[in-house]
Amino acid sequence: MSTRDGAAGRPAAKKTVRVSTVKELADGICELVLTYPERERPENAVPGQFVMIYPGDGSHILGRPISVCGYNPVEGALRLVFRVVGKGTGELAALKPGEEADVLGLLGNGYPMEELRTRKSEGAQIALVGGGIGIPPMLELARQLPGCRAVLGYRTDDLFLMDEFQEYAVTQAATEDGSFGTKGTVLDVLRQGAAPDILCACGPLPMLRALKEYAAENGVTAFLSLEERMACGVGVCLGCVCRTTYKDAHSQVNRARVCTEGPVFRAEDVEL
Amino acid sequence: MKADLSVNIAGVTLKNPVMPASGTFGSGLEYARMMDLSRLGAIVTKGVSNIPWEGNDVPRVTEVPGGMLNAIGLQNPGVDVFIERDLAFLKQVDTRVIVNVCGKSEQDYLDVVERLADEERVDLLEINVSCPNVKEGAIAFGQNPESLFHITQEIRKKAKQPVIMKLTPNVTGIAETARAAEAGGADAISLINTITGMKIDVERQRFVLANRTGGLSGPAIHPVAVRMVYETAQAVRIPIIGMGGIASAEDALEMMLAGASAVAVGAMNFNDPLIMLRIIDGMAAYCERHGIGRISDLTGAVHT
Repeated sequence: MSTRDGAAGRPAAKKTVRVSTVKELADGICELVLTYPERERPENAVPGQFVMIYPGDGSHILGRPISVCGYNPVEGALRLVFRVVGKGTGELAALKPGEEADVLGLLGNGYPMEELRTRKSEGAQIALVGGGIGIPPMLELARQLPGCRAVLGYRTDDLFLMDEFQEYAVTQAATEDGSFGTKGTVLDVLRQGAAPDILCACGPLPMLRALKEYAAENGVTAFLSLEERMACGVGVCLGCVCRTTYKDAHSQVNRARVCTEGPVFRAEDVEL
Repeated sequence: MKADLSVNIAGVTLKNPVMPASGTFGSGLEYARMMDLSRLGAIVTKGVSNIPWEGNDVPRVTEVPGGMLNAIGLQNPGVDVFIERDLAFLKQVDTRVIVNVCGKSEQDYLDVVERLADEERVDLLEINVSCPNVKEGAIAFGQNPESLFHITQEIRKKAKQPVIMKLTPNVTGIAETARAAEAGGADAISLINTITGMKIDVERQRFVLANRTGGLSGPAIHPVAVRMVYETAQAVRIPIIGMGGIASAEDALEMMLAGASAVAVGAMNFNDPLIMLRIIDGMAAYCERHGIGRISDLTGAVHT
């Protein structure tokens, strides 16, 4: 499967988008809202998909893969929320409303919405689990799949997006320092009650490993969104592979491309 | 008047001098829906080995000022899947096909070359004796003039397509290795492969890449590549495909003036998937502006 782009029939090349909002949501957490040109708007975003966004200074040549936190197809407005960690993301955070940026995508395969909707209508309990900068992509999933349970893990009570989750999901939080909600991790919250039937998660690798184990122990179907350093974002460079239990489509060596076959995988399909 | 953009590499005519550098374009499948692949002078495939290769552990890529480091380790499905899937796809694309061949031993290379010998869709072979990211073989063949001479000779005996030897910049004298390839029977030379580099995360006090070292590519290496293409052009008579950090038509023209007959675009494909098309257009515009009838006249035309 190649890259997906909601704007069917159009070449999925880079598009120049206009910055409409730049905001700091919490310490080091930046929100960018970008508007696609009218005729180049993706029809829809699958939660878990991402874009490559390119710093414009010329000395940074690679795009930054950033997951979709929200997408409004009517306005063509793409919302990204990311942590400012280096020069590239720092430059993105320094964009001003009215300025332009280049993006490639929407890219990758998100959460299996049809399967999730069907299972949910059959009564399955679904938990959306986000840790740290893995929280933002879960918001679009919460919006498209209302009535789930959300479990969010933060470092401290410097929370972000939590109030928006509460509009769509029964939301619980954990903080590492115990300053808000349950002291500990998302796992500590999950273990307080009955296991869900399905779990969708995005977050740091140790969290995903723990969730994979938790899911296996409790018979939970788990979908995990993986993160890896990328260069091309479209399946060409083979930079962002993960170990899979199956023969991957590209090379048949159990190394699937996070950007193309992922970023969302079934937990039992990947070795973390 | 429109300039004639066609160039000739070892008896094979390319409609223009621009192609992707191996490993930055797959076999073109992923980019096919973004662009008309038939506009390219050629498609150069990702390295193909005799059996599937897993490649290195992650992280495999990282960014540095003006470029990137990669240590993919030549993950690929092997020549059988390549022929069934990639080459079948390339049969529908009206451009030249250059298959990049990699191996860990001399026999590995020969296996692939023989397997491709009767594939009519393969116009040229590019032999990767210069990848810095696999532990055995590869770069070792390209760094020693004697072993480069030998492996070129052995490949030349088995190959039915013209053979391009892809050289590494990680040598003391590029002229010497280029001459060894020519003496071994190479029909053309391509250079430069990546320059070996390293990046350390100072906060975590760890190597950024799992492989510790990686190949540096991108605009940062362009002047090094131009110099090496120039030195190679002074040393050999066979055609040269010049590459290394090409980011614009000017960069590509610079490479031709230094002595390249054709050029390849590498890391910058990741910055802009359509960059090669812009480079082709820019080169055509340059020729018109300078009244150049045939772009091939620019090869080695720098005034001395």
